[in-house]
Formats: sequence, structure tokens, C-alpha cells
Amino acid sequence: MKNKYDVLVIGGGPAGALAARTAVEKGLSALLVEKRPAIGAPVRCAEGLGKEALADFMEPDERWISAEMTGAGIVAPDGFLMKLESAMVGSKVGYILDRKVFDRELVWQAADAGADISVKTRASAPILEDGVVKGAQLEYCGQVSNVTADVVIAADGVESKFARWCGIDTTVPVREIMSGMQYVMTDIDIDPHATIFYLGNEVAPEGYLWVFPKGDRAANVGIGISGKKSGEGHRAKDYLNRFVNKTFPKGKTIECIVGGVSVCRPLECTVGDGLVLVGDAARVVDPLTGGGIYNSMFTGRLAANVAAECIAKGDLSKKALMAYDKSWRESKMGKTIERNYLIKEYLIKQPDEKLNAIIHSVAKMNLKEFSTISLIKEIIRVNPKLLVDLGALAASIR
Amino acid sequence: MLNVRRDICGYCGCCVSVCPEGALELIDAYLSVEQNCTSCGICAKVCPLGALEVVHEK
Repeated sequence: MKNKYDVLVIGGGPAGALAARTAVEKGLSALLVEKRPAIGAPVRCAEGLGKEALADFMEPDERWISAEMTGAGIVAPDGFLMKLESAMVGSKVGYILDRKVFDRELVWQAADAGADISVKTRASAPILEDGVVKGAQLEYCGQVSNVTADVVIAADGVESKFARWCGIDTTVPVREIMSGMQYVMTDIDIDPHATIFYLGNEVAPEGYLWVFPKGDRAANVGIGISGKKSGEGHRAKDYLNRFVNKTFPKGKTIECIVGGVSVCRPLECTVGDGLVLVGDAARVVDPLTGGGIYNSMFTGRLAANVAAECIAKGDLSKKALMAYDKSWRESKMGKTIERNYLIKEYLIKQPDEKLNAIIHSVAKMNLKEFSTISLIKEIIRVNPKLLVDLGALAASIR
Repeated sequence: MLNVRRDICGYCGCCVSVCPEGALELIDAYLSVEQNCTSCGICAKVCPLGALEVVHEK
């Protein structure tokens, strides 16, 4: 580890790994620091990723793919199952990853490309000069050192502390944090090729419960509920245990993880002088699905590309780095986040009866394009009255 | 004051993201509470496991 780099990346998840790898591929020097002793662990993720989303970055590899999905299901509050399949029945639509291996692979690729990596290393403070971020103070096994950089890319996940230390308020509103818990369960009866989502105020208030297959008889069984709905006796843990005891009483739990997922709008501004925020730290999680892997990789790569351009021009000001902020907001990802935020805001306000009615309208759906938006378009097609409910939002869905 | 039940905490950082004061910090496998904690209890509410509790001093 040197004491000066072009780019310093805080955090070794998918956002940080893509940022570090892209930076060195652009000819820059880069250091990635991860506060945990191991990349990828503990997992804080349901591990689902669409086929097209992965294809934007890499070829699938059996070493980090736990299961291949050909469909999905949505279970209404009353138990009715809506089945979703690709119009090409049996064709692959997505994957359940093994994040411990996947994340490590991404950081490995960054290392192989030339990035320096330091684990068990925590950024404990920014180095600021007249409000400009110039690097970070790092702590490793009691040793404190200063590393300076032209740009710091904050990829420190849901906690998003680094940006906060630099004066950016990253606080997630209580109603917009998903309080989550997940078991990796085995010896359970599941459809091994379909992700199942359970909705309802009794099951998962303002969130959902999921069963994402990890093998023929194994799955990630998890839940996210709104922080607003969480409290003593009715936490994510309580809802998940109730579901598991009822649905998989003989299943065996081989892993238990917890986590928070933001479902707010992205931060108003995701750059500062000498600073770029990516992934969960920038709050670019899809607010409807809670999915963040693709958005993290997308923003991580984009941040490094913009950083490279700005370093070449010798201008690392917030104004120059705004090219990154503008670019992701105008991207398909940025537009999807805004649209899905509005859809989420609509859905969380619906009582169970309404959700039942919507889900009962279609027992089986064949989607040409297997995505959230095609599902929503199809639901609207069979429930035209929803267009009135959705109001202004309807325009962005057509 | 805020009490962290270390035997319950899952070190996930959910609480850190909602703290309006920035008083919580997840340092690998332990959660630290800074002096500026106001005992507002937001973190205790959202914790998936119930590892945080506001203790009212006598």
C-alpha cells in the first residue's frame, strides 16, 4: 500500500470493486479498502440478479451462481399465487448468486487488473482541505495512516458514513429503510427455478417476504419490512420466524443474516469536491424491489470513468464530477429508480383487499421481457382502472 | 443512553443508516455509539433483531 493514489475506493462490495477495476483499466492507480476481514461476508443480500443485468458486466460462471431462474411467483395476502413465466417457457430469466464468491471474484478481478487491495482496513475519517476531499485516514490492526488521492469513491454501503463525514447528509428516513433478515434454509419443498414474493400487511408490512432458490431443496428465505412498522415484538425477525414456522416447519437453517436496505429516492447530489458516491452509499437501490447489485456495479464503473476524465483534465471539483451525477440520473437505471419509487409509494398504501384484487386478476402471466416494468404494464392492461389510481405516474409506465 | 446488546446484534449497519446524528459506527463486528447520541430511539425501532435499547437513567 502506497500513501498516494489517483483513486481511493472505500468499500469492497460490487460498487467498489467495479470502481477500482475500471480505474486501473483506465490507467489510473487505485487502492480499494474494505473494513471487513473478508470480501463478501457477511452477506447482506437476497442475491437475485436478472440475466440481462449480469450480461452488461460479465459472463455467468457456475462458481458464483447458486441457481438459475426460469420464472417467478407473487403470493397475494390471501395466499393466491400469480405465476410469472417468460414468453419463451423454460428459458432462463435470472440468477441467484453466491455473493460470498461473487464479491470476491469482482475484487479479485480488480486486483488482477492492477488495483491495490487492503482488507480489515477501515476509513475512519476523510482528509479535508478547505472542504475538498483529498483522501482518507485508514486504520488497520491499530495502525493509523493517511492515504491521499485525487478522488475518493465512497462505496461504503448502507451505512454510508464516509460521505456523512464529508458533510453530505445520507440519513435514510425511518419509513424508507427496509429492516431485513434472511435465513439460508435447506431441506425445504420449493420450486427450484422460481423466485417467490409474498405480499401483505400481515406477512411483511410495506415490504415483502421472499423465497429465492439456492438449490433443489434450499433457498434464501428472507424479509424486509418498513422501519416505520418495526418495533418490539413485531420486528423482521418476528415476521420471518412466523412465516418459516408455518411454511417450512421441517426446514433447517444453516445461516442467519440481517441488514438494512434503503428504498428512498437517491441522494439529491451524489458528488462533492474530490468525492463520488456509488451504490448503496448513494442510495441508488431500486426502491420497488430493493435490488442493488446491478445499480452498484453500474454506478461504480461510471464513477471511475468520470473520475478518469476529470483527472485527465485536472479538475476534480464537484462541478466537474457532476458529470457522473447527471449521467446516472439520465440513464435507464436512473429513470427506473424514479419510476419504481413512485410505484412503491403507491403499492405500500394499498390495503390487503386491493392487493388481493390486483393479484387475482391474472393467474398466469407470460412476459415477453421478464422485468418489473413489463409485469406492471401487464397488470395495468388487465386492471385498466389502476391507471386512474396511478395518476401522473401512468404516463411514465405506458 | 443507548445500550447495545452485543449478544443479539448482527452487525448489519441498518441502525447506522437511519441515525440522524451520525452517532453510530459499525466497526466490523462491533457497533460503536458516539457521545453525540441523543437516545432518540430510531435505531432501536428499526433493528431487525432488537439489539438496541434506550435505557432511561435514574
